[in-house]
Amino acid sequence: MTETLDLSIFVKRHDGTAHIELAVEDIGCASCIRKIEDGLKKIPGIVEARVNFTNRRLTVDWREDELGAGDVMSALARIGYRAHPFEPERAEAEEALYARWLVKCLAVAGFAAMNVMLLSVAVWSGTDMDQDTRDFFHWLSALIALPCAAYAGQPFFQSAVKAIRARQLNMDVPISLGVLLALGMSLVETAGHAEHAYFDSATMLLFFLLCGRTLDHAMRRKTRAVATNLAALKTEFAHRFDGSELVQVPAAALKTGDRLLVRSGDRVPADGIVLSGTSEIDESLVTGETTLRDVGAGAAIHAGAVNFSGTLTMRVTAAGTGTLIDEVERLLEKAVTAKSRYVRLADRAARLYAPVVHATAALTVIGWLAAGASVHDSIITAIAVLIITCPCALALAIPTVQVVASGVLFRAGVILNSGDAIERFAEVDTVVFDKTGTLTLPEPRVDNAAAIDPAMLERAARLALSSRHPLAASVASEARERQPFEGAIEEPGQGVRALIDGSEARLGSLAFCGMTDTGLHEPGVSTIAFAHAGREVLLTARQSLRPDAEKTIAALRAFGLDLMILSGDRPDAVAPIARTLSIANWRGGADPAEKIAAIEALKAQGRRVLVVGDGLNDAPALAAAHVSMSPISAADITQAHADAVFLGVRLQPVWDAIAVSRRARRVMRQNLWFAVLYNAVAVPIAILGLVTPLIAAAAMSGSSVLVTLNALRARFGREGSHAAETPALTARAAS
Amino acid sequence: MTVLIYLVPAALALGLTGLVAFLWSLRSRQYDDMEGAALRVLSDDDLAPSDESYSTDAP
Repeated sequence: MTETLDLSIFVKRHDGTAHIELAVEDIGCASCIRKIEDGLKKIPGIVEARVNFTNRRLTVDWREDELGAGDVMSALARIGYRAHPFEPERAEAEEALYARWLVKCLAVAGFAAMNVMLLSVAVWSGTDMDQDTRDFFHWLSALIALPCAAYAGQPFFQSAVKAIRARQLNMDVPISLGVLLALGMSLVETAGHAEHAYFDSATMLLFFLLCGRTLDHAMRRKTRAVATNLAALKTEFAHRFDGSELVQVPAAALKTGDRLLVRSGDRVPADGIVLSGTSEIDESLVTGETTLRDVGAGAAIHAGAVNFSGTLTMRVTAAGTGTLIDEVERLLEKAVTAKSRYVRLADRAARLYAPVVHATAALTVIGWLAAGASVHDSIITAIAVLIITCPCALALAIPTVQVVASGVLFRAGVILNSGDAIERFAEVDTVVFDKTGTLTLPEPRVDNAAAIDPAMLERAARLALSSRHPLAASVASEARERQPFEGAIEEPGQGVRALIDGSEARLGSLAFCGMTDTGLHEPGVSTIAFAHAGREVLLTARQSLRPDAEKTIAALRAFGLDLMILSGDRPDAVAPIARTLSIANWRGGADPAEKIAAIEALKAQGRRVLVVGDGLNDAPALAAAHVSMSPISAADITQAHADAVFLGVRLQPVWDAIAVSRRARRVMRQNLWFAVLYNAVAVPIAILGLVTPLIAAAAMSGSSVLVTLNALRARFGREGSHAAETPALTARAAS
Repeated sequence: MTVLIYLVPAALALGLTGLVAFLWSLRSRQYDDMEGAALRVLSDDDLAPSDESYSTDAP
């Protein structure tokens, strides 16, 4: 049966030309770009192929009457690259536009700041400058600064207006007010032939703040691009019956009522009901349960389960009432709405800062009037107070640290999903782990490898490379030489056989290898038999801990964190893991509602809980937690609700996330204190009316540079952490 | 000081030219793939010697 590949949901059409975006694995060097682009362009029908090396993506345009999307994919496979189609998220396209707008504003602000400063320096140093020349320079500055500020200030003005409409205060309100007042006052002063104008301060402020904002945005876009690539890598394909024909379609294109074929070793692509066939399925990603479940016609199965032995036909159904998915979604809805909105450190600072500064300015006017100064002079002094306190340092204090810290985490294999995750990670005092797939590896491992003759093990492992069975993968990972035997034949549901050195070797079920079933079945442990040239061995595979789990757990405990295991698996499967990790506080057999209840109880005690989980059953708990994390192998819904996703087989990233975030929060606080200190020095000078444009410019740029330099310290001091293995498709992080 | 009347606008015009050039390069998507651009410069096969229109068609 030949099977066609239907990628139509990923293809965009325009005048007979089709367009697709692909995430490509293993683009590592300059020659890859050429190989892919030239190789594809040689094929008749392909109009354009362009690699974006920064985010490891490829866009291809072709004439639809000559080629199909499947042909493009197979052509790429012939060149030697695996590509994964994906649907660019709408959010990503909007962010790209926003990023470009920010850079445009930055360029305009940079131009204005440089040229106005050029004129200002002339005014400051030209002590013998006559009044006409000075006025000419001031008017020229106004000519540059006003239109540029009107354009480049928009990101701040829009955000400030939005905040005020919502009756809130954010940092952009005082920024906008400061810029507008500085410009307005300078204009009035220039018209009155005055000595001082603050056009340079206003444009420089905009330039510095835009630098911070652009960097912050660029870092977030970069992590999002990598997250999208990794999601594309996980795209599941389903085998759908179209009449009698079998078509391979992405799981995202499935509709209720579709009939699907699920072969042994495949992941169940959607929720549904088994129509025919019997098999055992592994639902560890769904419920956390490690024992296989027998399913037959009429059984409900969930997306994410792995079909172990037989071939199944199933019908896709929408989530019905009473199913696990339904319960998870109901709980999720509740958890998400109940989650109190976290107030970011920067916004908390702004709420404190804005009233204080504006009150100080008002008091300055009153004070000077009471002291007998003219109305004009009093207002000018008050505006000088607003300009000098304009929160350059304060507004840069947090975003700069965030950029640096998320860069460090990115290199450690932690991808942040939400902007304020770093602040919340830093506050964690309790960590709740799921067991299956989180503390343990997502796939079972052979646990008696050491007790088996190495030559036999190597042969079994190389033979396993030819099988699609999920357990075969665990055996295959033992192979030192990753080279399958020629002519291996797989008997679906039984095993795989091949001729090795003239005699037949078999790997698979006990019966398939001609061995008698001992009848001893420990739950959660699978047995694989291997027979060759009269010799027989039994391999056992079970869930095993992540290689560095013990070390990481010990390191987390050294942080003074309370640790807990909350698993959906049977208690007797959780107990040994808890004992090995010496975690006294554990619970097994918890369903999603019980997990939420346990977390709510912890929250009621005033604890800040980090939940680390991967299963579908963990999703509500993740949403209910103060902050959450999931491994990249997690179920889709779960990953969508996690604040951070970590890559690789090690547990170390959990420690990294907390350690880096704590350090980052420390630096953020230092920066805020620094901003306060700066104001404590600068404000009295301003209140006394001693501020000149020169002092304002020096204070503003000096404090910004200091805060930024301090932020860079968040990079250092990751003691005890190793370099993470580089995941495929990962763009290098910005430093 | 009358020299300023045309020197200052000239300086401004130069700055504006730079700004316009940058905005143009941004518009033509030259910053979309910064790492790729650095690597593409290493491959010089876009100067195909057999490409006749390249050298001889010039008027």
